[in-house]
Amino acid sequence: MVQSTNNSSVSRRDLLKAAAASGGALAAGSISVSAAAESNKENLPPNVADWSTSLGEGVDTNPYGKPSEFEKDVVRRSVRWLTASTESSVNFTPLHELDGIITPNGLCFERHHSGVAEVNPTDHRLMINGLVEKPLIFTMEDIMRFPRTNKIFFLECAANSGMEWRGAQLNGCQFTQGMIHCVQYTGVRLKYILEEAGLKTNAKWLMPEGGDSAGMNRSVPLAKALDDCLLAFKMNGEALRPEQGYPLRLVVPGWEGNMWVKWLRRIEVGDMPWHTREETSKYTDLMENGKSRRFTWVMDCKSVITNPSPQAPINHGKGHTVLTGLAWSGQGTVDRVDITLDGGKNWHAARIDGPRLPKALHRFYYEFDWDGSPLLLQSRAVDSTGYVQPTKDELRTVRGTNSIYHNNGIQTWHVLKNGEVENVEIS
Amino acid sequence: MSRFLKLAVAILTCSVWAFPADAGKFSLGRKATTEEVKAWDIDVRPDGQGLPEGNGSVSEGEELFQERCAACHGEFGEGIDRWPVLAGGQDSLKSERPEKTIGSYWPYLSTAYDYIYRAMPFGDAQSLSTDETYAILAYLLHMNDLVDEKFELNKSNFTSIRLPNEKNFVDDPRPDTPRPSIAKLCMKNCKAEAKITKRARIIDVTPTDKKNPTAGID
Repeated sequence: MVQSTNNSSVSRRDLLKAAAASGGALAAGSISVSAAAESNKENLPPNVADWSTSLGEGVDTNPYGKPSEFEKDVVRRSVRWLTASTESSVNFTPLHELDGIITPNGLCFERHHSGVAEVNPTDHRLMINGLVEKPLIFTMEDIMRFPRTNKIFFLECAANSGMEWRGAQLNGCQFTQGMIHCVQYTGVRLKYILEEAGLKTNAKWLMPEGGDSAGMNRSVPLAKALDDCLLAFKMNGEALRPEQGYPLRLVVPGWEGNMWVKWLRRIEVGDMPWHTREETSKYTDLMENGKSRRFTWVMDCKSVITNPSPQAPINHGKGHTVLTGLAWSGQGTVDRVDITLDGGKNWHAARIDGPRLPKALHRFYYEFDWDGSPLLLQSRAVDSTGYVQPTKDELRTVRGTNSIYHNNGIQTWHVLKNGEVENVEIS
Repeated sequence: MSRFLKLAVAILTCSVWAFPADAGKFSLGRKATTEEVKAWDIDVRPDGQGLPEGNGSVSEGEELFQERCAACHGEFGEGIDRWPVLAGGQDSLKSERPEKTIGSYWPYLSTAYDYIYRAMPFGDAQSLSTDETYAILAYLLHMNDLVDEKFELNKSNFTSIRLPNEKNFVDDPRPDTPRPSIAKLCMKNCKAEAKITKRARIIDVTPTDKKNPTAGID
């Protein structure tokens, strides 16, 4: 049985009510299949379940496949009080339900500024203008004729964990760290497209612009564009999802998600930055002294334990326990992740498993024998530049609590005796 | 040539063909016409690049603002519900609740032109004329006490308007947190105790409570 709610945007109180009603321990958001959930004895040995004796659905019942109905609560969720409308809003990836390093396309968090543009790829055009020898217009067919490359990168919103600057606020890594996803992109190097138009010698900056009604625009330094930026048309092997910029998005590896312009319709080349709305009034980091940092592009090294976490309590009681989580760095690979069970008194090396790629998610595990006593869990990542993920207090000492963006501080989960988990901060 | 050598040559040739890495021209795409570029090139920079001919006054802007903008931003730019506040907030940036408006926070007026012309009104983008955009900007400046009620904004006086907070933007100084020696990172008996100091469940806003509107993601 799956304890669940059909509402994908639910209040914690409703869930606690539901918890009280079902007599189980649970926390906000969806709850995983739990050992505490009651099984139907008819399906258990020595009985034989219906699915073992009768025919199932034939091929083509779902021409485009979908997850099992028992996974219906594995969905993106939003926090409605954050924003004024759903068209200019955000939802969050259910990190506590996932494993490995790849985010399924339908679970990649969404952030739109004027809703999802429905673009017909036949009518989509990319214009390159400004400081180029020859302004060009490309069709999608043109773009797909450049040499392609496949790369796995994380995309993290600069405001990920932004609600936690003043203290622990939201109960669940979906909400506290879920503005991130990691997929394999298929696309072409932006360098090729720019060379096709011919860069003038004074070209130093680019302004990618989206085809949605926000006309999202940012300034990107040319050096980054030539280094590793891509124009992507596929994610995890299939066409980009509309909410991820179908048919064409900019990929800016390791840098804040807002720059990864979706529904890309134009790139202007210039000799200085544009100081657009999204790099002045937003996505600038306000310090305690009233100064604001601008062009804070890189997403620094960060990690989070995804299980156990408030939405994924320990349901099995004492005994062998699998702790897992994600680590990443916009500067390169993650060299190491340390885990503490006792709030930082003692640390243990976690095991990084699976691909270890630059500017991509890394999956880590730490297995231990839980004695049933309360735990204070933290993970601390170190990246290939030697940067050590800071504590939240270390960040606040330097930046205060008004900066909104780039909160990569260490997350603490408090595991209670009954396996329930809460978001806390510790001394 | 031995079979092995032939194979090696074939592989070498293939790899050269397979990675035309920095090859340059693929003869893809077509030239954009001057007319096409002009129609799509709507961005404006702080130095005035991209500003069109046109003008608009505070009083014209006030009328337009009430008609096209006030439903979300409020009659005086005070912001309705969680829609952005556009005026006031001066001297609030060091406070617990900074109010980031065009007058208190935005560094450049060109940003407002660029954004309003491309994206506003919300859901009816690119419906304002250039004159209307100048007029709304003139009114926004007036609401922020930066120009008087008789002011008219146009292409030629645009770059003479400077916003008060321009000087308070600095470049990214990161890394800005302690850089401990990796080899010396403490692993055993690192501290005597760890006490819980903050708890999300006390705030109790997960995920849809409207009572705490202070922590928006902007």
